[in-house]
Amino acid sequence: MMRRITGKGWGLIAAAALVAAPIATFGADEITLPHEKWSFNGPFGTFDRAAAQRGFAVYNQVCATCHSLRSAYFRDLEGIGFSPEQVKAIAASKQVPALDDSGQPTTRPGLPSDHFVSPFPNDDAAKAAMNGAIPPDQSLLVNARAGGPDYIYALLTGYTDPPQGAAVPEGTYYNKYFPSQFIKMPPPLSDDLVQYADGTKATVAQEAHDVTTFLTYIASPEMEQRKRMGVKVILFLIMMTGLVYAMKRKIWSAVH
Amino acid sequence: MAGLHKSEFQNPLLNWIDTRLPILSMMTKEYVVFPTPKNFNYFWNFGALATVSLALMMVTGIFLAMHYVPNSALAFDSVQSIMRDVNYGWLLRYAHAVGASMFFIAVYIHMFRGLYYGSYKKPRELLWILGVVILLLMMATAFMGYVLPWGQMSYWGATVITNLFSAIPLIGNDIVVWLRGGFAIDNATLNRFFSLHYLLPFVILGVVFLHVVALHVTGSNNPLGIDVKSPQDTLPFHPYYTVKDSVGVCVFLIVWAAIVCFAPNMLGDPSNSIPANPLQTPSEIVPEWYLLPFYAILRSVPNKLGGVVLMFGAILVLFVLPWLDTSPVRSARFRPLYRPFVIVLVLAVVVLGMVGGHRPEGIWVVLGRVATTYYFFHFLVLLPVLGKLERPLPLPNSISRPVISPRGGGPLPGATPAKPMEKA
Repeated sequence: MMRRITGKGWGLIAAAALVAAPIATFGADEITLPHEKWSFNGPFGTFDRAAAQRGFAVYNQVCATCHSLRSAYFRDLEGIGFSPEQVKAIAASKQVPALDDSGQPTTRPGLPSDHFVSPFPNDDAAKAAMNGAIPPDQSLLVNARAGGPDYIYALLTGYTDPPQGAAVPEGTYYNKYFPSQFIKMPPPLSDDLVQYADGTKATVAQEAHDVTTFLTYIASPEMEQRKRMGVKVILFLIMMTGLVYAMKRKIWSAVH
Repeated sequence: MAGLHKSEFQNPLLNWIDTRLPILSMMTKEYVVFPTPKNFNYFWNFGALATVSLALMMVTGIFLAMHYVPNSALAFDSVQSIMRDVNYGWLLRYAHAVGASMFFIAVYIHMFRGLYYGSYKKPRELLWILGVVILLLMMATAFMGYVLPWGQMSYWGATVITNLFSAIPLIGNDIVVWLRGGFAIDNATLNRFFSLHYLLPFVILGVVFLHVVALHVTGSNNPLGIDVKSPQDTLPFHPYYTVKDSVGVCVFLIVWAAIVCFAPNMLGDPSNSIPANPLQTPSEIVPEWYLLPFYAILRSVPNKLGGVVLMFGAILVLFVLPWLDTSPVRSARFRPLYRPFVIVLVLAVVVLGMVGGHRPEGIWVVLGRVATTYYFFHFLVLLPVLGKLERPLPLPNSISRPVISPRGGGPLPGATPAKPMEKA
């Protein structure tokens, strides 16, 4: 089900990575994240469509209660394999804010070109409803956390009993992957929380994996196109380098 | 100089233009027949690579500015709109963001080339100084560009950097307010940074032009660091160095494309994907990697004013480098003492870069101070003294007939360049 093509192209950017080595940044001293196998890793990685669609179900039924997805459009769902008709139906099932003919605020059914609807009208409303903590927008969440998808997955599966003697502050939950270890978000996932349309068993790990795949797609919807372009551009440039180098050898052959 | 230019162009239209505006003759003189030492190694590619970087940054930047909105309420979302709505907007933005790093890589290697082969020495002092001016302008441009996406690191980086000026006695705080256009980083700051970020690259372009003019007066240095003695020492710039630079440009573009397409956020900070929030300070505020060595120098001094002075001093010292180095020998190949020390300097700067990326605690404080000390010791003490103490190796007589060949391949009496050039 999960497709993973291990790529060799990473060697290409090894030189660049060496240059970047000095930025080995903060957070390295924190606990290490478990490395999940992601369909989208590597230079030939693509989004596992089935996982991303299941992940949308998790977002839609669980995360969306509190977390917005402001930058994303309903039409983005076509990129993970939903048909235009399905996207239209999903969008139409949501009410988006609008104005009626007399200029009064109202709502209308969503269109594929609409942004995802936020659960709260503004940050203040979120704060008031959420006991002072604003649930972060999820459209760029994967890019906005060190560790990216590995961190999101670890956080979602990282709720455990606190270690002996740890005083868990009121209104927080122990999660060993959260920077302060005490997170205000209650454990969002549980077994069989969602009913997967494809019959996949909805364990916490499965749900976390799927929703992380979906959120990674939402954070970088251009990723597959970008990587495909990268392979072509680099193959072209390697050929070009060879040709130019041959030309250089020929031109310089008379010089001693 | 009254009278028309005698053009050698055969094409009547080109001849007509060139007679009245001899720009074609000038281009031919400076970029085609320009006599260039024939012994360049690939380190001499990096000037061309920096030029290509500047051009690509300006092109991508101009197109980004067509879609970007410099308003504190809209900037973050307008960047997302570039990423999601604009055709190939993600390509423009990632090429531009990664391009800043590529530009600095090219310029830092270009500067190392200058340090190692003594390219800053007489008569190329002004050429070097113009280069340092370009570096300063680049840093200002890159810093302001990093503020534009209006993420957390944009906002807090701008806060920290503008705050540095408050270390100036008496008028420091007023200067900070003046720079920011208010009492905190806000819309006014974003607007002026956008304006300046668009302006400064053109200033850089102007200084690059002067840099090249100065280069074409003195001629290029070369790996042996000795002067060109005869036309046998040189080759016309075209096709020899246009093709050699092209090889470098291709490899450079491979690295650039690989980062853009496969790891575009590798060099960025995750915090900048969070919209700027004046009420929430990130746990760490770090500049981009290319400014980390200077950031480390800043933090190595326990006193704010002292840190700021040393940080700016680290660049200002480069302006007087041509007079700090007392050795008449340019190339490190013939300077047995200077050669290891210049490598130590590179190591010190790399260490400073790593120090800048870590919390100032434990071993990092010590490393930062040792490396900072060496940096200034190298320029202010070592270079003036080394020139007096060192016994340079014997220099070759000329580029085409080195008496001693440090890289094998002795003199070849029969060999002459394909097209010996008259010295301009």
